[in-house]
Amino acid sequence: MFYREAGQYKTAYATDQRIFPILQDRAAFTALMVAAFVVIPVTGNDYWFNGLLIPLLILSLATLGLNILTGYAGQISLGSAGFMGVGAFAAYNFMLRVDGMPILGSFVLASLCAALIGVLFGLSCHRIKDFYLIVATLGSQFFIEWVLTKFAWLTDYNPSGVITAQKIVILGVAFDTPMRRYLLVLTIVVLMTLAAKNVMRSAFGRNCMAVRDMDVAAEVIGINVFRTKLTAFAMSSFYCGMAGALWAYAYVGTVEPQAFDLDRSLQILFMAIIGGLGSIMGSFLGAAFVMLLPIVMNMAGSAMFGHSIDAGIVANVEHIIYGALIIWLLIVEPHGLVRLWQIGKEKLRLWPFPR
Amino acid sequence: MEFFFEVLIGGLLAGVMYSLIALGFVLIYKASGVFNFAQGAMVLFAALTFVNLVERGLPFWLAFAATLAVMALLALLVERLVLRPLANQPPMSLFMATIGLAIVIEGVGQLVWGSKAYGLDLGIKDVPFELGGVRVSQFDLFAAAVAGTLVTALSIFFSRAATGRALRAVADDHQAAMSIGIPLPRMWRIVWAISGAVALVTGLLWGSRLGVQFGLVVVALKALPVLILGGFTSVAGAIVGGLIIGASEKLAEIYLGRYIGGGIENWFPYIFAMLFLLVRPHGLFGERRIERV
Repeated sequence: MFYREAGQYKTAYATDQRIFPILQDRAAFTALMVAAFVVIPVTGNDYWFNGLLIPLLILSLATLGLNILTGYAGQISLGSAGFMGVGAFAAYNFMLRVDGMPILGSFVLASLCAALIGVLFGLSCHRIKDFYLIVATLGSQFFIEWVLTKFAWLTDYNPSGVITAQKIVILGVAFDTPMRRYLLVLTIVVLMTLAAKNVMRSAFGRNCMAVRDMDVAAEVIGINVFRTKLTAFAMSSFYCGMAGALWAYAYVGTVEPQAFDLDRSLQILFMAIIGGLGSIMGSFLGAAFVMLLPIVMNMAGSAMFGHSIDAGIVANVEHIIYGALIIWLLIVEPHGLVRLWQIGKEKLRLWPFPR
Repeated sequence: MEFFFEVLIGGLLAGVMYSLIALGFVLIYKASGVFNFAQGAMVLFAALTFVNLVERGLPFWLAFAATLAVMALLALLVERLVLRPLANQPPMSLFMATIGLAIVIEGVGQLVWGSKAYGLDLGIKDVPFELGGVRVSQFDLFAAAVAGTLVTALSIFFSRAATGRALRAVADDHQAAMSIGIPLPRMWRIVWAISGAVALVTGLLWGSRLGVQFGLVVVALKALPVLILGGFTSVAGAIVGGLIIGASEKLAEIYLGRYIGGGIENWFPYIFAMLFLLVRPHGLFGERRIERV
């Protein structure tokens, strides 16, 4: 009753093409933005920013990147974390070696580096597809990890092979408190999400979906399949690269190549699948779910058993529940959490009246 | 030159071990079209179970049989709880489910058997002996013999036994197989159980080489380049692919690693397989798919 489009007429093409065509959606989105930009910075504490919101936003960005490639263009990738690593280490080196490099400039350049490497490995999609592509992207994952560990120049000859991110200063403002870093990450993530949403509604986005649904058919109707796939690879790695740079600069500060290992790639893939492939919003829902699950289980575990049980056992049980939940989710909702959201919206049209 | 041959033979024999893991993948992929990411976890789980049973005083053959039973039970559970509810889902969902399965199996294995690393002694001495001036590891030869026996047994099973032929029918075409009365779920149970048995043999060989520890899961990932080199659907491909990967990896480590730094074993097989695929997109023995709109 309250959530419906009845009576909302579209009188111009601009209104027809809005991201949120329904007034209620726009209001909800505005409220969300106000909450994220005003309410949370005022009320949140450092633990919330550092332990939860910043990594959540960054991983959402990486998931979004993977979703562009896997969800929209249909190319499976197990290399997202590798591209994050490229972003982080490239940003560090740009800051280190170029005098007077603005930090945002280095982020963008680093993401472009990641995009370039993504394209390089993406070239293989010219001939390879489906599960065969897993191996190619797995190769990129291990190769990047090896390069980052092997070549000391990349870490400025740090004896323990880690990079320590420089301070973030933009136009004389130092982003040194968790709250400020949160705002920086939030701004970048929101802007890039809006960009992704619009790109995916454009001709390129539709080409991607056509390639995903059936590449032979897409080719027949005149879509350049190879170029579409490559662009998807570039865009996806760009997003992952930015996420990696933010991970190093706005989240951990000191980062080693192992932070971007296969487990991270799998985690990002889980986020994309659980959230819902081919959905921008799903990236955020999935990231939130996968990130919060261990935290919630941890709290539940210590609440139920206290510290009487060996931590190793608790960790293993968490592992099992995590894996089982993934299988269960795939069984009950193969289209991800975003599908539940859509069902909820459908129900909301009638609520509070019975059907 | 002798050194070259030594490296080559060492690599080929190591490749046999990769083939063994790849074999488990191929069996499941052929029969159910599932890209089983959990094969590595199954290898670890089987080896852990076996080692712990032996440590509890069971004789070798009893422990072996008991572990086989456990793997069969696992196959039963997987079919019932994972495959059946996910029937007719896209391959991607099934692949994701097997990643979840891998996490569960690893968790259960470590919960039940603990997470410490075990040594495993099969009673085969790892002493190299000379063969025409080239040193060959005795253990590797043994592993190759085991792999050979396993492959022969499997191919006899697939070509002679009724169940084996039914499995081949399933691999060829699910619907056609069902229409002539082959029960698909039972075939899945059987093939997962066989994969479990292969995982046990693999786990024992790898375990006695590297110790039974978590690293086995990462080793098992090496089966992927082997697989795509050989083609997902071919048992022969798994063997040949394994040999090629093993040999090229060792040769690259020695001759290429000199110039670009060591430790390239970790990624070389993947890149090698990728480059190979650019030439032959379906692997050496994979079925060439004809695509229609």
